Amino acid sequence: MSTAATTRIVGASVPRKEGVDKLLGRARYLDDLEFEGMWHGATVRSTIPRGNIRELHFDPCIEWSELAVVTTFDIPGKNHIQLIVNDQPCLADGCVNHCDEAIVLLAHHDKRKLREALDAVRVEYDLLPPVFTIEESEQRDVIVWGEDNLLKSYLLEKGDVDSVWSRAAYIVEREYRTGAQEHLYIENNGAIAEYNAETGVTVWGSLQCPFYVQKSLMAVFGLPENKVRVIQTETGGAFGGKEDYPSMICAHAALLAMKSGHPVKLAYDRMEDLAATTKRHPSRTRHRTALDADGKLLAMDIDLATDGGAYATLSPTVLSRATLHSPGPYACPNVRVHSRAWATNTVPYGAFRGFGAPQTIFAIERHIDEIAATIGMDPVELRRRNFLHTGDTTATEQLMREPLILDQLLDRALAESDYHARRFRFSQENAATAVKRGLGIAAFYHGSGFTGSGERYLNSLAGIDVTPEGKVRVLVSSTEFGQGTNTILAQIVAEAIGVDCDDVIMAPPDTSAVPNSGPTVASRTSMVVGRILQRAAAQLIQMLQNQAGLPQPFTREGFFATCARYRAAHGKPISLCRYEAPPDIFWDDQTYRGEAYGAYSWCVQIAQVAVDTITYSAEVEEFWSVQEVGRVLNPVLAGGQIEGGIAQGIGYALYEKVVWQDGHMANNQMTNYIMPTAEDVPPIHSFIEEIPFAYGAFGAKGLGELPHDGPAPAILNAIRDATGVGFTAIPLLPEDIFEKLAEPVEERAMV
Amino acid sequence: MSQTWPAIRMTVNGVESALSIPPMKRLLDVLREDLGLTGTKEGCGEGECGSCTVRINGELANSCLVPVLQVEGARIETVEGLSRKGEMHPLQQAFLSCGGAQCGICTPGMLMAATHLLQHNPHPTMAQIREGLSGNLCRCTGFIRIFESVIAATAQTDQVTDAR
Repeated sequence: MSTAATTRIVGASVPRKEGVDKLLGRARYLDDLEFEGMWHGATVRSTIPRGNIRELHFDPCIEWSELAVVTTFDIPGKNHIQLIVNDQPCLADGCVNHCDEAIVLLAHHDKRKLREALDAVRVEYDLLPPVFTIEESEQRDVIVWGEDNLLKSYLLEKGDVDSVWSRAAYIVEREYRTGAQEHLYIENNGAIAEYNAETGVTVWGSLQCPFYVQKSLMAVFGLPENKVRVIQTETGGAFGGKEDYPSMICAHAALLAMKSGHPVKLAYDRMEDLAATTKRHPSRTRHRTALDADGKLLAMDIDLATDGGAYATLSPTVLSRATLHSPGPYACPNVRVHSRAWATNTVPYGAFRGFGAPQTIFAIERHIDEIAATIGMDPVELRRRNFLHTGDTTATEQLMREPLILDQLLDRALAESDYHARRFRFSQENAATAVKRGLGIAAFYHGSGFTGSGERYLNSLAGIDVTPEGKVRVLVSSTEFGQGTNTILAQIVAEAIGVDCDDVIMAPPDTSAVPNSGPTVASRTSMVVGRILQRAAAQLIQMLQNQAGLPQPFTREGFFATCARYRAAHGKPISLCRYEAPPDIFWDDQTYRGEAYGAYSWCVQIAQVAVDTITYSAEVEEFWSVQEVGRVLNPVLAGGQIEGGIAQGIGYALYEKVVWQDGHMANNQMTNYIMPTAEDVPPIHSFIEEIPFAYGAFGAKGLGELPHDGPAPAILNAIRDATGVGFTAIPLLPEDIFEKLAEPVEERAMV
Repeated sequence: MSQTWPAIRMTVNGVESALSIPPMKRLLDVLREDLGLTGTKEGCGEGECGSCTVRINGELANSCLVPVLQVEGARIETVEGLSRKGEMHPLQQAFLSCGGAQCGICTPGMLMAATHLLQHNPHPTMAQIREGLSGNLCRCTGFIRIFESVIAATAQTDQVTDAR
């Protein structure tokens, strides 16, 4: 049970546990389920961004008695979705604060009649002035949330930033912006609910966090824990988009089930999912940076603003992670980050892979290249001079205790991409061709697990038991949605006990069957939950040794024979453990100082981009990614996370634009919200340096979000390298490139 | 409600059926609701994502765009028809070992597109693989391991052919 490299199952590319079912087409996703007597649900949504609801009209052409109609009056408990601030209503109550907000719910057994009924509900409003941008919100001419539109703010301070400006050799100031991004999981949000007056509510859903949904349903129905059961169905992609929204759709389905007396399926189509569910927070980051004559960072003054949408939902925690990733992987004695999340009248922005980090990493990594250009230093050299090393402290004064090998990652990325030779070749070729090529770098970290004291508050519980049939069952609420939870956790348990991976099965992701191992978010599952399971396995073995005479060493057969003996004498062999924080983890929520994360994963990425100066399109031609993510538990799954994260990052940079029209997503179709296809993703060269982390499962650290953090700045840095124009906003579409490149040269130099 | 529709005949994965269903019902819904073949998925409902890809008389089609009357008498293949007697198709095997499936929702459509590609071109170049799969969106993998799966399946099929 060591974390050394001598493992049988951990570190091997064990095939995905539920892979065969998925490949044969027999995995059952939400919309594949049919229940006896099931009705279908639909949602009447607001068509205006902000206003008071004057009246609901139900057209008499519909036989309303045939339908279940749910309004706020039908909510037995609290009309809110339980999260951090609990400000988001389950159904709009008297007023609406964004387009596509749910107002009335309908259910009917016939989908066609349901659609007719949906069109026959008319909502009359008294319009109120909406706020659509960060700038409008911070102006506070119109207050749309709380007393001042401010959803959350943080102030992080290290040293004394203001003492530095007068002695700086260089001061570089820039502003960077990122847009909204859609998760675009291929399976839309959906839920099925049953209601029984005696046993309570049961919901099945495509979701990440069964216990989040349970908590929300308990509030909406005023029911105790044992009367709300949440079951995750096979989930067709999530990326954070099924972290908080399922609490809403599951509550809606359950209210309709209660009102109709039937099981109700509420499954969104693509247009409804795109219009009504969460997206990545848009952001604006202003950097003011002081450097000495050698290009060493003296001070970083960072002002961050995010657009949180109409309700607070997850904006406070997204802002926190954005804040903590905003200074980048650099050592700087004086840092100030002032960050604010602002309310606007759009759909609430939510969790999305990276959780605020891609926004601020875009800003700092673009900024480093802007600084390099301003002071006339190579961007590689500028990074190297300022990288964090072991023994340095971060902006929160967290001491970097673990080995920190950014230089090594950078060297590897430069060597694998043949960076210098390529860059020289492009500089020679570009003058003579309409297609200009360039290389761009991004260096960054991603904190694994919940921020600050988050893991302590979660206090996750996970474990294993052994079935009478001789299977080891993993007891977690950690869910599988493509990223590999089932396989990774089974590998950890099989390795830790010393049985085969096929001997390990997953208990159903059902709140009535498994303990709360916390939400499946924040790159925490392998490292944090896996570690708890590793300890639970050791505890089980100890128990079997002490109470059932398990020999040491033991064989697989010996283990199961002992489990049978134990069962006969004491009952089911079961072992549960709670989270234990690594030593030396202290975090102060008030001052925002201390160990922001238990561990960090590190990455250097390089993008090669070609900009066509005739069509103004930018194409990523090749991509390199070198990462240190602790021990890799399953190379094929890890590679899939890295490549998938990079592809999503390419989309974030160059393709994916949410077009807003009066607060409604105007391009809520796959036809005109464009993600990278098989023809758009370049060859991706990925390399992993493994430094086992002592407090992660078999040395693991977080991996899932990291690769998505860097592509956008690397790509825009490459475009700067190719064209000399430093673009500062994403998504960067051909029309944006045209606007700048088509300018006369004299003006371009001013950019 | 009790309207009876003329029967529409088709052969799905080798099994003949005659269904009395509205002629404008989408083939996708007929497969899923009337034939219980839920392996074929809906991702967008407008022919963009390819999750509902099936083969109609040997041609690839987005079943969300096909009114069922158009497949009268046609031969239809879905993901459920790929495996033979419990043996996975070489492509399914390759997707499993190479990591070509993650969340799995695009996988049935992707497998149909890949099957079609290899049937017409047993040794595709990378450019041909990219083109052949460009009508099928995957949000998880970044496509790289799907390409590798297709290449691995090609090699596997060759071995089978050689052994014969």
